[in-house]
Amino acid sequence: MTNSIERYKYDILVIGAGGAGLRAAVEAREAGLKVAIICKSLFGKAHTVMAEGGVAASMGNVNDSDNWMVHFRDTMRGGKFLNHYRMAELHAKEAPERVWELEVWGALFDRTEEGKISQRNFGGHEYPRLAHVGDRTGLELIRTMQQRIVALQQKDARDHGDAESFIKVFAELTITDILKDNGKVSGAYGYWRESGAEVLFEAPAVVLATGGVGKTFKITSNSWEGTGDGHALALKAGGNLVDMEFLQFHPTGMVWPPSVRGLLVTESVRGDGGVLTNTDGIRFMFNYIPEVFKAIYADNEAEADRWYNDQANNRRPPELLPRDEVARAINSEVKAGRGTEHGGVYLDVSKRLPADVIKKKLPSMWHQFYELAGVDITKEAMEVGPTCHYVMGGVEVDPDSAAAVNVPGLFAAGEVAGGMHGSNRLGGNSLSDLLVFGRRAGIGAAEYVKSNGANPVNEATIKSAAEKIEKPFTQTGGENPYALHQELQEVTHNLVGIIRTRAEIESAIVKIADIRKRSANVTVSGDRQFNPGFHLIFDLDNMLLVAESTAKSALLREESRGGHTRDDFPGMNAQWRQVNHISSFDGSQVNVKSQKLPMIRKDLFDLFDIHELEKYMTPEEISKGGSN
Amino acid sequence: MARKLNLRIWRGNSVDGGLQNITVDANEGEVVLDVIHRVQAEQMNDLAVRWNCKAGKCGSCSMEINGKPRLACMTQVASFEEDETITLTPLRAFPVIKDLVTDVSFNYKKAMEIPAYEAPANLKPGEARMQQVDVERSQEFRKCIECFLCQDTCHVIRDHEENKKSFAGPRFFIRIAELDMHPLDTLRNRKQKAQEEHGLGMCNITKCCTEVCPEHIRITDNAIIPMKERVVDVKYDPARWLGSKIRKRDGIL
Repeated sequence: MTNSIERYKYDILVIGAGGAGLRAAVEAREAGLKVAIICKSLFGKAHTVMAEGGVAASMGNVNDSDNWMVHFRDTMRGGKFLNHYRMAELHAKEAPERVWELEVWGALFDRTEEGKISQRNFGGHEYPRLAHVGDRTGLELIRTMQQRIVALQQKDARDHGDAESFIKVFAELTITDILKDNGKVSGAYGYWRESGAEVLFEAPAVVLATGGVGKTFKITSNSWEGTGDGHALALKAGGNLVDMEFLQFHPTGMVWPPSVRGLLVTESVRGDGGVLTNTDGIRFMFNYIPEVFKAIYADNEAEADRWYNDQANNRRPPELLPRDEVARAINSEVKAGRGTEHGGVYLDVSKRLPADVIKKKLPSMWHQFYELAGVDITKEAMEVGPTCHYVMGGVEVDPDSAAAVNVPGLFAAGEVAGGMHGSNRLGGNSLSDLLVFGRRAGIGAAEYVKSNGANPVNEATIKSAAEKIEKPFTQTGGENPYALHQELQEVTHNLVGIIRTRAEIESAIVKIADIRKRSANVTVSGDRQFNPGFHLIFDLDNMLLVAESTAKSALLREESRGGHTRDDFPGMNAQWRQVNHISSFDGSQVNVKSQKLPMIRKDLFDLFDIHELEKYMTPEEISKGGSN
Repeated sequence: MARKLNLRIWRGNSVDGGLQNITVDANEGEVVLDVIHRVQAEQMNDLAVRWNCKAGKCGSCSMEINGKPRLACMTQVASFEEDETITLTPLRAFPVIKDLVTDVSFNYKKAMEIPAYEAPANLKPGEARMQQVDVERSQEFRKCIECFLCQDTCHVIRDHEENKKSFAGPRFFIRIAELDMHPLDTLRNRKQKAQEEHGLGMCNITKCCTEVCPEHIRITDNAIIPMKERVVDVKYDPARWLGSKIRKRDGIL
C-alpha cells in the first residue's frame, strides 16, 4: 500500500484555501518557499465566499476620527475582554494595510465621493469601518486572493518554466492526519476526493486554515466544509484548543422556508437602517441594552433614527449591538410568544430605504429572499432568527507568529485559530482576521522552515495513517454516517445551543460519546471514487471531537459571556474573565483545563476609561492597571 | 406538505452510465439540492454531487436539470409541475467523473492563460483613487461565482471538443473585460489578445451564456459585444489603427 501512494515534498503545506490559507500561501511564496495549498472543494469555493458585509479596518475614509486604538477597543468590548489582547492589537494595527494591499492586487471596493474605499457601519464598530463591495465582500476577497495566486504562478512559469514550481493547488483533497516525527511536524496524509487515492505530503511546516465548525449544528449559515477539520487535526497532533464554548449565533438567519433555515442575512441590513420588530409591532431591541453598553446605544426610537444622519450627536440604534446581544434578544422574544409562526422576528428595511437603494446596497439579499423565499425585501419584512455562524474558540497560538502551542511546525490562522475574538466576534472582524493572521502564519511558517530545515517522514507513521483511510471499507457495523451526523446536530442544537444549562450539557456529553462509539461501526456503500458517504466519515470524526470539546468547555464555564449563555448562571463574572479553557486530546477523549488569561499590557489598558474596565475586571486587576 | 417527487438521475462514470429512476419526498419550499441530499442520505449514500454554500454564492452545484444548465441550490422544486419527472444530468461540456460531478479543470487552465491584473508600478497602498461610476463596470463582472454554467451552455465548446484549445469561453471573456475596464490596470492590448489568443472571434453572440448566468451578468451585451466592437474598430479603421500605432494608446482605446 505505502509503495503505491503519491508523494510530494514541500516546504510548507497550507490546509484550507479560504482567505487565511491563500494569504498565508502568498506570503510563504514571497519568502521564496515551495507551498502546497490543499482545498477540500474546488479552488475558489471556500466559505470566505459567503462573507457579505465587509472587512473591518480603521482606514478612516468615512470618519477620520477612526484609528487602530478605537478599533482595538471595539474588538475587546465585543469579545467581552476575553480576547488575547496581543492578537486584537496586531489585528487593529495591521488591518488597513491588508485591505489596501488587496487593492494593489486588483480588488475593486465600493468608493467614497473622494474616490477612496467606502466604509459602512456595523454592529459594535464605533465608526463606519467596513470596506465592502455591496453585500458580496467575501467573494471579492477570495477572488482577489485566488487571482493573486494565479498571478504568482504565471510569474513562476515565466521565471522558472513551470507555473507549479513554487505553488501548487491540490483541489478536492481531504487531509486525515498531520504527521509528526521527532516531536515535530513532518507532513500530512490524505486522499483525493475524486479517486480515493492516498497522498503523502512531506513538509516541515503545516498551516491550518480550515475555517469553522458550523456543520456540527443543525441550524447554521456554514457550508458543508465547516466540519472543524483543523480543530480536530490540531487536537490529534497534540495541540490545544482555547475557549471552545464560544460559538457565535448570528442573530439574523433566514427561518422560512425550512430548506433555507439558517442561511445568513447580512448584518449590513441593520447597518443600513433595517429594524427588528416582534409580532406586536414593537421595536424590541430597546428593551435589551445591557448595562455595559448604555452609554453608547440610544434608548429611544427618535434618537436611534437620527443617528443614521448625525452620528456625532446621537447614540447608535440598539439593532447594532454586538451579535451575541441581538441573538439572545431575538431568542427571548420568540420564547415569550412574540415571534412569527416560523419561530423568528421581523427585520424590515423596506420602510427605511427606497427600493432602488436596497437593490443597490443589498443585491444578494434581495436575490436570496426573492428566489428562495418568494419575499421582495423592498416591499416586505424578512423573517429572521439566530443561526450558528462562527466559532470564536480554536487552536491556541502564539499571537505574533501564529505558531500552534505544543506542536513545533504547526501554525493556524483565521477561524480555526482561537483567542482573537474573545467570547464574541464583531462583524467584519473575520475578513480582517484572515488577512492579518494569514499573512503572519505565512511569515511564521517560512521563518520556522528556514531555521529548522526538513524533517523526513518515517514509514511507520505513514502506515497508520493509511490504515485509517482503508478502515471504513472493512467495517460491517451497519451505522449510516448521514444518520449519525443528523443525530449529532440534534444533540448540539438542543443541548449545547444558544442557551445552555448544566443538566443539558451533561446529557450532551454522554450522547456525543455514544455517537462517537457508534461511529466506529459506520459502513460505507460503493467504492472510493467520489463517494460522499465515505467523505462524511472523516468529517464526522472531526465534528465529534469539536462537539465534545465545546460541551466540556461549556460545562466548566459557570457564567454567561458572549457566545456562551448559561440559563443557570445568567450573569457575567469578572473572576471568569481571567480564565481560558484549554482542550487537549489524550487519544480517547477530550480533556479541558483552566488556564489564566494573559494580562493586558499597560499601554493597552490605558486606552480604556477606567469606569468601563470596572464593569469587566476585578478590583485587583484594576489596581494593577495592566502588565508592563 | 410533503409530496412524492419522481427523479431521473444520471449515475455512472467516465466509462459507462445511465439514468436511474427514483422517488423521494419533497417538502414545501425545497430546492433540487435538498432532494438530492435526501436521496443521498436515504437511498444512494455514494451519489456524487458537488455543493458548498447552498445559497447561490459559490457556484459549486452546477448541473443540468431537465437539460438546462442550472444551480441545484437555486432551482425550486415548486417550479415544476406536480407530476413532472425531474431529470438530473452532469454538465455536458465537461468530462464526467462520477454521477453529477464533472471534471471542470478546463476552466482553471484557461484562468491560467489570462494575463493577470497589472497595477501601476508606482501605486502605493492606500493611494488609489477611483470613482464609483468607474469601478462599477468591472464590478458587474466580478460578481461571477465561477459556476461555469456559461461555459457549459456555450455551443462553441458544448459539442465541439476540438474548439476548447483555442476558446477561453464566456467566463474568461468577462474576466478579460473586467481587467480591460479596470481603472488602474496597465496591461495593454487585452481586447486584441482576447481576439487573437482566446477565441473571442468564435463567439457569434447568441447570448446563451447571458441567459443561464445565475448572477444575471450581462455577459454578451456588456463584455463580449463592446470588446468585439473595439477590436473591429482598431482592425478596420485605418485612422485609428495609425493613431494607435503612433500614440501607443492601444491598451486604453
